[in-house]
Amino acid sequence: MSTARGREKVAFAVLGLATLLTVLPILLTILYIVKNGWDGLSWEFITQVPRSGMKQGGIFPAIVGTILLIIGTMIFSLPLGILSAIYLVEYAKDNTFTRLVKLSVVNLSGVPSIIYGLFGFTLFVILLQFGTSILAGSMTLAIMSLPVIITATKEALEAVPASFREISLSLGATKWQTTRYCVLPYAIPGILTGTVLSLSRAAGETAPILFTVAAFYLPRLPRSVFDQVMALPYHLYVISTQVPNMPTQISFATALVLIILVFLMNLMSIILRAHYRKKKQW
Amino acid sequence: MLQKKISEYIIETLIKLSGLIVIGFVFLIFIFLLKDSLSLFGVYNISSFLFGTHWEPVSEPPKFGVIPLLVGSVYVTLIAILICVPIGVGTAMFIAEVAPPSIKHVLKASVEILASIPSVVLGFIGITWLGPFLKTTFYLPTGMCGLTGSLLLSFMALPTIISISEDAIVGVPKNYKEAAYGLGATRWQALWRIILPAASSGIIAAIMLGVGRVIGETMVVLMVTGNSPVIPASILQPLRTLTATVAGEMGETVSGSDHYFALFAVGLVLFIITFLVNFSAESFLRRARK
Repeated sequence: MSTARGREKVAFAVLGLATLLTVLPILLTILYIVKNGWDGLSWEFITQVPRSGMKQGGIFPAIVGTILLIIGTMIFSLPLGILSAIYLVEYAKDNTFTRLVKLSVVNLSGVPSIIYGLFGFTLFVILLQFGTSILAGSMTLAIMSLPVIITATKEALEAVPASFREISLSLGATKWQTTRYCVLPYAIPGILTGTVLSLSRAAGETAPILFTVAAFYLPRLPRSVFDQVMALPYHLYVISTQVPNMPTQISFATALVLIILVFLMNLMSIILRAHYRKKKQW
Repeated sequence: MLQKKISEYIIETLIKLSGLIVIGFVFLIFIFLLKDSLSLFGVYNISSFLFGTHWEPVSEPPKFGVIPLLVGSVYVTLIAILICVPIGVGTAMFIAEVAPPSIKHVLKASVEILASIPSVVLGFIGITWLGPFLKTTFYLPTGMCGLTGSLLLSFMALPTIISISEDAIVGVPKNYKEAAYGLGATRWQALWRIILPAASSGIIAAIMLGVGRVIGETMVVLMVTGNSPVIPASILQPLRTLTATVAGEMGETVSGSDHYFALFAVGLVLFIITFLVNFSAESFLRRARK
């Protein structure tokens, strides 16, 4: 008996050690970026254009570019994602087509981001002749974000009690009226949570925008959706690998800004989720 | 009434159409990769591509052997998975069965934080800290090598492995555990001999999804593995993965050249590998749900 207890203590200590090996590097990663990037952060840094080959000045165009890409991604992925999820939850019959849609969602979620980059390049940049542009980049990121949005929306729709639908249908409402007025409103918070989360991933992605939108050095703001833009993750890649003798403070500060942006979006989704739980009435 | 029916019909068509578009994307991704790969195989022998051991796209004549890149990808992935599976599954067991509720929330939140760190930031840390650190610690000729990539990738795969393994462990019916306790088992005996085997399908799925995540990751390996497209003799040498090759060389190729098509063929190989990995992960997940 005592050996079993003793063994348990050792085993739990080993599990604790594994957990420490997960959590400690996470803390150190954040601390490392914050400590080294903090001094480079200033109002000028986030509001000025890069100067002298990106070795001076700020990263304003990259911030704007990333925000534009987030908005573009949302515009393209949200309607398509929500409608597909509505299909899967509310309309789908158990047939081959439905199974294919489900399989496609699973498959899309596993496709490597660089493949999205290749695909976006062939379809949007070359075939549809959008060129390397905000439009092509947003659409590429939108396809990449689809599986997360669909899965989140699906879960949110499934969480709405079946009785809501039954009552609405029994009162003579059509299928769409039921979905639109009795199901969707209660699923919106869940959908938003998932969407913000997927957009925060898109904001940090580099591989899909390499050939579809990202500009190496473009110290001005875009004039139309057919313009290239700089983007934070690509900018960090460029200044840390392609520019010799880059002042490290600028690289660290860029990494810090990117992390802050992504964390803010995550925080927003956590707040949305908490708010939604509090308001839930059934 | 008729108007209502028409609008209902339009909406329904739109909804079905979006389902069709989702299928269409997967189909198109495959077709586009295949089409451009076939353009390569029209001028370059397919077996020289699949079994060639030299990737020299700009030499004369160019050599497009995918083996060095494939070995690079598999090598880096294997080491990364060996590192992160014990740590990840251990953490999942700790979160699910050992940690008190208050600590559980903190741990889950930090895993979510890790999941949200962009890969380019981890690559940057590899360049500025981990690479130089490994170089001086192990007296390596360069810190930009397979091991640096593997370590960072194992870190990146942790959230996937932890969250799905934890779901699998928590999903094991409570009465299994209670029956074990009733027979006098300690918490560890119940966890190790009863819960873990019952959760094994889910844990295997978690590992498979981790593999899919690691083998498809691009920026970290592009930034830290040294970009040397030769078959590495050891993990301490620079190497190049499938993903890094596409990302690194696409910008330099002329659209429509053999080199350009060869990169799509590399993409196709990558697509097929990740498809198989994710497909088997999904079938393990389905078995776990039953």
